[in-house]
Amino acid sequence: MDSFILQILNGLDKGSAYALIALGLTLIFGTLGVVNFAHGALFMIGAFCAVTLQRLLSISHTVIDETQKDFLGNPLKVEQPYVIDWFGPEIGNGLIEWSVPLAVIFAIPVMVGVGYAMERGLIKHFYNRPHADQILVTFGLAIVLQEIIKYFFGANPIPTPAPDALNGVVNFGAALGLEVTYPLWRIVYFCFAAVIIGAIFAFLQFTTFGMVVRAGMADRETVGLLGINIDRRFTIMFGIAAAVAGLAGVMYTPINSPNYHMGMDFLVLSFVVVVVGGMGSLPGAVLAGFMLGILESFASTTWATTTIPGINQVIIYLVAIIVLLTRPRGLMGRKGVMED
Amino acid sequence: MTKSNFTRRGVLKTGAGASAGLAMPMFFTASSAAAYTNEPKGGTVTLGFNVPQTGPYADEGNDELLAQQLAVEHLNGEGDGGCLNTFTSKALKGNGILGKKVTFVSGDTQTKSDAARASAKSMIEKDGAIMVNGGSSSGVAVAVQGLCQDAGIIFMVGLSHSNDTTGKDRKANGFRHFFNAYQSGAALAPVLAKEMGADRRAYHLTADYTWGWTQEESIVASTEAMGWETVNTVKTPLASTDFSSYIAPVINAGADVLVLNHYGGNMVNSLTNAVQFGLLDKVVNGKDFQIVVPLYSELMAAGAGENIKGVLGSMNWNWQLQDEGTKAFVKSFGEKYGKPPSNSAQTCYAQVLLYADACERAGTFNPCGVAEALEGFEFDGLGNGKTLYRAEDHQCFKDVLVVRGTQNPTNQYDTLEIVEVTPVEQVTYAPNHPMFGGDEASLGTCNPGA
Repeated sequence: MDSFILQILNGLDKGSAYALIALGLTLIFGTLGVVNFAHGALFMIGAFCAVTLQRLLSISHTVIDETQKDFLGNPLKVEQPYVIDWFGPEIGNGLIEWSVPLAVIFAIPVMVGVGYAMERGLIKHFYNRPHADQILVTFGLAIVLQEIIKYFFGANPIPTPAPDALNGVVNFGAALGLEVTYPLWRIVYFCFAAVIIGAIFAFLQFTTFGMVVRAGMADRETVGLLGINIDRRFTIMFGIAAAVAGLAGVMYTPINSPNYHMGMDFLVLSFVVVVVGGMGSLPGAVLAGFMLGILESFASTTWATTTIPGINQVIIYLVAIIVLLTRPRGLMGRKGVMED
Repeated sequence: MTKSNFTRRGVLKTGAGASAGLAMPMFFTASSAAAYTNEPKGGTVTLGFNVPQTGPYADEGNDELLAQQLAVEHLNGEGDGGCLNTFTSKALKGNGILGKKVTFVSGDTQTKSDAARASAKSMIEKDGAIMVNGGSSSGVAVAVQGLCQDAGIIFMVGLSHSNDTTGKDRKANGFRHFFNAYQSGAALAPVLAKEMGADRRAYHLTADYTWGWTQEESIVASTEAMGWETVNTVKTPLASTDFSSYIAPVINAGADVLVLNHYGGNMVNSLTNAVQFGLLDKVVNGKDFQIVVPLYSELMAAGAGENIKGVLGSMNWNWQLQDEGTKAFVKSFGEKYGKPPSNSAQTCYAQVLLYADACERAGTFNPCGVAEALEGFEFDGLGNGKTLYRAEDHQCFKDVLVVRGTQNPTNQYDTLEIVEVTPVEQVTYAPNHPMFGGDEASLGTCNPGA
């Protein structure tokens, strides 16, 4: 029972990342009709927003500590962050320690800007081109972006820990007499994902802007004929989708140390999530994200891997094949989307 | 009116002949008059450094490249001479190799076998490299070793820890200074038994490729010989990033030790996930839960940050050693690049010097002469203590370090502390050991190429 609950939690946690990335992908595909292979790179750039803020807050000046020696036997040069000089050790260290949550605020304008620049600067020129062209150009863009990040930050993972107050584990089963401990930050991540997903749905459902976007997703031409500048709204949606992917990346950094390749690691899985959920369906993307996360989690259990060796590596693709054979539009796909 | 001498048949014949000539591998054409591939003719000799300059191990590869550049400087009599001053063989004089100035070319393995073979081939065929050195993956090492054997070039393996490299896949033209998975197990197991007890239950997570398999096999064998029980061994895809779904079952499997047979980004992520799940705070079977990372590197330790504190593992070498060779190399490297070298940098540096020294002692660049000089060569002063290049499998035998993540680091490079220097006798095995291909494994014959 402990194991079962643990795997469910694990699946929800994995599914959070899949759902957030897939949600952004679906927003872009549903609004602009673009298959954006650079979306994983936006997730990665978000993660490096957290790294950047951590480094900005850690900008230091050197103090020579005569009492200690460096690896060459010279007096140790100690880096003293300016924030500690300015705000004192308590606030200064606190700012550095809380750099990941703070990076959420930092990342929103950065990611909206990156998304806007990406859409206006490159992707808009490929709206009326075949999907193959869009895939090629966005995939190429993803590689360029990850090489830029590697140039500035190196190839090795960079530790970006969560604040001490949000580290550690929570015992979920204590009340039931079970031993179900789970990392606190992963719970935070799940809650954060739920809030972001809820906010996106509320924005689309309950605002005039959202209503116009939904109408545009259903019938772009008719909305245009009504005199509404739907392109501008879709560009804004691209920025919002970029911000969602970026925020998913920011909050993911304490789970796995960010590296330049992390976007590609998520990209393929997220596309499978979108296809299984149904191209263009936002609820489908979220549902499929969580569903595949839970399936992947159970497929990695000892029982599953000993019963069917390798099942953990293929389960998501196996489910994708079954869903596409039985429901070619995906779980919640709309009629006419990606169909001739 | 002009008359052409070209005929259709003549053009076809000439074209076919030219095409056949172009298609012939360069190894067989470039130096038909030479005694061996890429025999140096002028005043310089070119070494080929094949390291990952892009891809997930790029930082490791760049560290190797820096060390190899330093070795070239020292061979040419520049800088402070580094380990030339401490090396027990005194054949190197700081005047290049056999009087020829040393130059180098570098290739990017990308940590992919096909890319590594292509870059090695290019350095051999186009740049005239007399040897190839470096790399950061066993899969790549085995692939490049095969290419160099066929080309008639000496290959000095970089960071490759799989038993297979000098086991079932050993080659007469290939040499490995770095230690291997068997030696990690042989060094680690007694320390693990001493620190954690002899009645532990271990759960292995293993990267699903050649290196992971041989390391798992080696650690399982050595820990079971100490009395440990192996609860389960689970293979994880190399592309995995989140190991949480593999960590969760560990808790319910009754294991009290988790062994992470992972390297690079895999290791950083799996260790981080294991610590996040609070494994190190658990008490299982009445014992404190422990994590072991059999193969460490300084760059990985930095990537794992605080999670590595107290976790045991093994290394080929560490900059904190206090022998004269280490001190000379760390001083040289540290003053030039402002940071201490990694253990992959040290192995690549040592191999360049060892190759050059072997050429001097053999009096030739002929790979078969160089191989003969390296076989059975005993030396000291390069940082690993007394070392033997065993003739039977071209594996170096030297002390192995057992290390632990530093509990209270004093600076950014203070990530690992040395727990024990395991003597070479404890990590020595028979050349026909079953984990190394048994009686079937053979070096074959040396190939001088042209």
